[in-house]
Order: sequence, then structure tokens, then C-alpha cells
Amino acid sequence: MFKALIGRLKQGHRTMEFPSAGIKLPPRFLGMPGISHAACKGGCAKCAGVCPTGAITLLAEKPVLDLGRCVFCGKCAELCPAVFKFTGEYRLAARERKELFRCDEAVKRTRTLDSEMKRIFGRSLKLRQVSAGGCGACEADCNVLQTLTYDLGRFGIQFAASPRHADGLLITGPVTQNMKLALLKTYDATPAPKIVIAAGACAISGGIYSGHPETAGIPEEIPVDLYLPGCPPHPLTILDGILRLLGRIE
Amino acid sequence: MNGPKLLNHLESTGFETLTALDPGMFYRVASERLRAGGRAVSYFGLPEEGGTRLILILGFDSERRLEALSVSVTDSFHSLTPEFPQLHLFEREISEQNCLEAKGHPWLKPVRYPLKSGSPVSPGTADFFKVHGSETHEVAVGPVHAGVIEPGHFRFQCHGELVFHLEIALGYQNRGIERRLIGGPDKLTIHYMETLAGDTTIGHATAYCRAVETLSDTEIPPRADILRGIMLELERLANHTGDLGALAGDVAYLPTASFCGRLRGDFLNMTALICGNRFGRNMIVPGGTAFDIDPALAKELKLRLDAAFKDVKNAAGLLWSTSSVMERFEGTGLVSKETALALGLVGPAARASGVRLDTRHNFPVGAYKLKAVLPADAPESGDVYARAYMRWLEIKRSYELINEFLYSLPGGPVSIEPGAMRPERFVVSLNEGWRGEICHVAVTNAEGGFRHYKVKDPSFNNWQGLAMALRGGQISDFPLCNKSFNLSYCGHDL
Repeated sequence: MFKALIGRLKQGHRTMEFPSAGIKLPPRFLGMPGISHAACKGGCAKCAGVCPTGAITLLAEKPVLDLGRCVFCGKCAELCPAVFKFTGEYRLAARERKELFRCDEAVKRTRTLDSEMKRIFGRSLKLRQVSAGGCGACEADCNVLQTLTYDLGRFGIQFAASPRHADGLLITGPVTQNMKLALLKTYDATPAPKIVIAAGACAISGGIYSGHPETAGIPEEIPVDLYLPGCPPHPLTILDGILRLLGRIE
Repeated sequence: MNGPKLLNHLESTGFETLTALDPGMFYRVASERLRAGGRAVSYFGLPEEGGTRLILILGFDSERRLEALSVSVTDSFHSLTPEFPQLHLFEREISEQNCLEAKGHPWLKPVRYPLKSGSPVSPGTADFFKVHGSETHEVAVGPVHAGVIEPGHFRFQCHGELVFHLEIALGYQNRGIERRLIGGPDKLTIHYMETLAGDTTIGHATAYCRAVETLSDTEIPPRADILRGIMLELERLANHTGDLGALAGDVAYLPTASFCGRLRGDFLNMTALICGNRFGRNMIVPGGTAFDIDPALAKELKLRLDAAFKDVKNAAGLLWSTSSVMERFEGTGLVSKETALALGLVGPAARASGVRLDTRHNFPVGAYKLKAVLPADAPESGDVYARAYMRWLEIKRSYELINEFLYSLPGGPVSIEPGAMRPERFVVSLNEGWRGEICHVAVTNAEGGFRHYKVKDPSFNNWQGLAMALRGGQISDFPLCNKSFNLSYCGHDL
């Protein structure tokens, strides 16, 4: 008992302030990519060629980067550092799939739920996490949010053990054929109104498994309210996205 | 040739030198070598004209020797599982992947339920062992679990709280990676390797890169070897620390659970400091590493490492001196040494049962050639306590190793451009990930691309160990036993 108390004193207070201007990510961290169309001569399509997941397409000969497919490997920036610049910006979440396509423009922040949904979920949100394929890294970074470093609970957000007790689902993985039925049943078991969050490149677009016959993607019956890009998304990306969705950060 | 082919770890070997034995001879020699102490490192089917070539790779760990045996079969093969249980899942996998009947296999059911055109069979729908009698009952759990965790199905046969038998059905995470690797490498290959098991990115990516480097006769710079060692040990530190926290959480000892949850993140952040990603993505590349550690970064790492280790020591120490924790850890989830050997368990789980087996020691490469890693001196009692304490011993060892590696970083570049892979060759690449032995076997085709690529995650060996640990225990012991193994679903399902 005394050892535990002494241990508690030694370990100190470790919960980070959030949101905070003081958050510093490692210098080599790859966050929101900036694309400069002015620096691009256009038409060579080499960036689309090096991208492993087909995240880069050309629009009027200039690159468009789909954050929903990007695995943040930085290959495009290696090839063409003048055009692609990954910043340390971790705030990547979007409400609609089309908002994840990055051209040469300023970043928009995630919009809040409509007022009725915000009234219901804004102060207390219970999520059922469904892992459906993938590599387990997104799940690991969701788990991290429950540690005292991020302390998700202080925002009134918790992961629930049963879909019956949940206000929504947080889906990770490309949704394998083998998990599709379980995901649909879990969605049906969650009482309405409910929200759905797709976390990670796999859940959003299939990621590196896109096009595998073994994967199905999130079924159309399940409408997604929030997209969290990354492979995996940084815990701060997840936290920021959910808090913005709930209108807790403006 | 009448006997097994001797192999060296990470030696490019001509595929034609691996002659197919006469079937009778194959089963006889395989049984002989397994009886002589051989451990199945890998056993898989390679499609060939007119049938399938079965390739069995055996490890003789104390002698640091590998052997390969091979046989050509058409529509069935003779199961050796009844005498050698360690082959049970390998044979089921061969049967499933190559549409072969494993004749005499005692429990031939699918492993991953891969999508087959026309008749999709859902995982968890095959037969399960049943126990009949008054007051016996069955408990089914999953695939969607209570925690934030990957999917799997667990079927308990019980009498009250007492568990007679646990059967584990996986396959929900099957996303078809192995099939997609054939014909490569291409721009996706390294990403597949990094995500075979997301928490073992460095372990699998290193095993893959070494296989490619061997097949292309590429010698990587010594600095890259040491850097890879640092990354692998950081991965081990993060995961073992997280496991100690999770174990504490499952016996409701919150101080260590809270402390270790934070500390795991600190180790992940150290990894991110080196390569930008908390899981070590983008770090290991064929030919070396993508990032270097300069003196300033080494200094920063050392500071953070010392601080985190001090706190882990404190957090782990609380476990061993708290009687309510020890009461739950000791004697729970027993796996005897005999069982561990018979099932071919690997990694910390095997070492905790007294099987002294560590790829870093038995088949050392790179950084571990300079620094021999002896299996840690653990309690060997095979219970949750032994598996937890083994984690702590390995945390200590990894901390020492990183210190030594940082101190002995040689100069020079961190990578060189790998050449083309040579055609018609094969290689066995082993690596001690934090869960245990990772095995990659690559076979090249006439053009020097992958004709076949076989991955074995340590979880493939160890899931059956978890099932055995539950026998005679209580259902309520399951979370604790599960965390003490902490196996990968995606690494198994591929």
C-alpha cells in the first residue's frame, strides 16, 4: 500500500492538456500534407506512380491527394519535395468523404453535428469499437486514448462493452468479408440515433487492402459521420476529430 | 538424396537443391527428425505443376541448425499431427490453402475461412468440440469482444465455472496478404509486411528485408544492423510494458495499469522520434533503414529511455510486492514444459514454461551477432506469473541492449541500394519479435520475383498454448490468461 502511494508520487501527473498550443509532435512525424500546384509543372504523373495506395490522382494534370487512402509513407514528398510537403498538423478529421481530397487550398476544420444530435451526444458519448480486419494498430491507438495521458473519459467519451449501451460505432479495418456480418449485426444492435466513425485508411477506403476480394469495405447501410485519416491515425487525430464532431472544440 | 537438406539461416539456396523425397521416405525422415528434437519452424505447400510441393523447415535450436525436407503430393498427404501435435495448425493450413486432404488429421477444420468463390463459409461455423453431461454448458464469445480488441471467436466447454476445454476460431481478420505477395515485390510489399501485425511492424519488416537482401546478395551497412536492433528492442519494450499494465488491469490493480499505459506510449513516442511513426512504419527498408540517429537524437533518446525505464521498474516492482496481484498471477493458466514443447510454443510464452528458445540467441543476425542474448533466467513455472515476470526480465534486457547499441553505433551510411533478387532460390529468415519467433520463407521464380512467400507469426504457434492454459481453470481466468499471451489475431489471419 505504501509502496503504491510512493509509486504514485514518483510517477507524477501525466495527463496532457487538450486542446493545447503546447502539443509538440516529433519533427519526423508526417501530418497533413500541403500540395503546391504552383510548383508542379504538371502532367508527369510520377507522384501517382510512386504512391502505394493510389491516393494520388491527377485533376487537370495537377495532383489531388486523397487523405482517405494516404498511408503517410512520404514517398511523394521524397520524389517531389517542392510540391508535396507533409506538415506536423495532426488535425485531419473530416465529416464527408469528399472533404478528404486535398488540392492546393487551405485546410478546413471538421464541422460539428447538427444541434439536435449535439444536444444528445455533446456531453456524453459511448462508442462501441468494431475491429474489422486491418493490422490492430488503429485499435492500439484507440486504446491509448483511455490511458491517463489522454484520459478520454474526462471529455465524457468512453468505449462501451456492448453495442446496446453505445451511442455509435468506431470502425477500424477494411471490413473483411469474414467480419461484414458481425459488423452489420453490431450496427443493428446499437440503438438510434447513432453515429459512425471510420478510423484509419483501411476503414475509409480499404487502405493498402483496397481491391482485395477478401475485403468488403463499410457496407452502404452504415452511413459514416466522421472520417479519421491515418495509418494508423495519431491518437491526437482521433481525439481532435471526435471533440470537433461533438462541438467541444471550435 | 535420402535425408534432410541442411540449411543455414539467411543463406540464399538454389531451389533445385531441395529435392523432393519419395513420400514414404519423407514421412519417415520427418518423423525421425521431429523425434530427434526438431521444431517445425515452417511447413507449407508450394503450388507446382501437377500438384503441390510440401516444404517442412525444422529448427534444431540448441545446435543452431536448420533442416529442410520436401515432398511432392497431388490430392492428399499423410498427417503427422497424431504423433507431433506441433504440426496440427500447419497441416490444417496446408490443407486449406492447397485443397489437399490431410489424411489422419484428428481435427481437420479451416484455419482462416478464406473467401472461396461460390461457397463462402463463415468463420466460427465449423464443428467445435462438445462436452456432454449433466450441468455441462457451452459459452460462446466473439467475434466482437467487450474491449477495444481484434475479432476472434472463443468457445468454452464448461461445468459451472470450470473450463474443460477452450477452442479458438479465428479468420475474421483474413485480408489476403500472402496471396497478394506472390509475383512481388512491388510498391505495396513493404506496407503489407509492416501491417502483417501492426504492433510487430519492425519485427516483420526486418524479417522481410533480410530475406530480400539475402536473395539479392546485398550486404547492408553495419550501422543499419545496429539501428534495426534498437528499433526491435524499442518495439519489445513498448509491447511488454503495455502487457504488464494490461495484466495489472485485469486483476484490478490500477496503479500499475495506469502507469504502464502511459509508459507504453512513451516508448512508442521514442520510436516516433526516430522515424516519425509510433509503430515504426517507414523505418525498415530493403538495404538498411530509412532514418538515422544522429548524436543529438541519441542523447535525447538516452534521456527519455532512462526516465521511462526508471518508471517501468517502479511500476512493475509494485506487481511482485502486492499479494493480491500475486495471488491471481501464481498458479493461473498453467502450461507445462512438456505441453509447450509438444505444441511448439515460441517466444516469452515458451520461455516462461522453461523452453529456452530465443531466435536472437539461437540464430543471431545483425546487431545480435555482436551482443549475444541469452534467454533470461525466469521462474519457468508456466503460469501467468512466469509469463508476466518474463516480460519484466526482457524489458530489463532490452533496455540494456538499446544502451549498448546506442553506445556502439558504427559510422557510415544507413542503407545501400539492394540489387535484383536471384532467380529460382529460396531463403529462411527468422527474427525474434516481441511475441517470439517470426519466420518468413521466400522462394523466387525464374524472373527473380516472389514465386511464393510464407509468413509465420509467433501467434500461429501460440494460440493453442492459450487454449491449453485455460484447461482446468475458470472462465473468469480467461481475460488474465489471454493478456499473459497477448497474441495477434491479424498476424495469425494474414
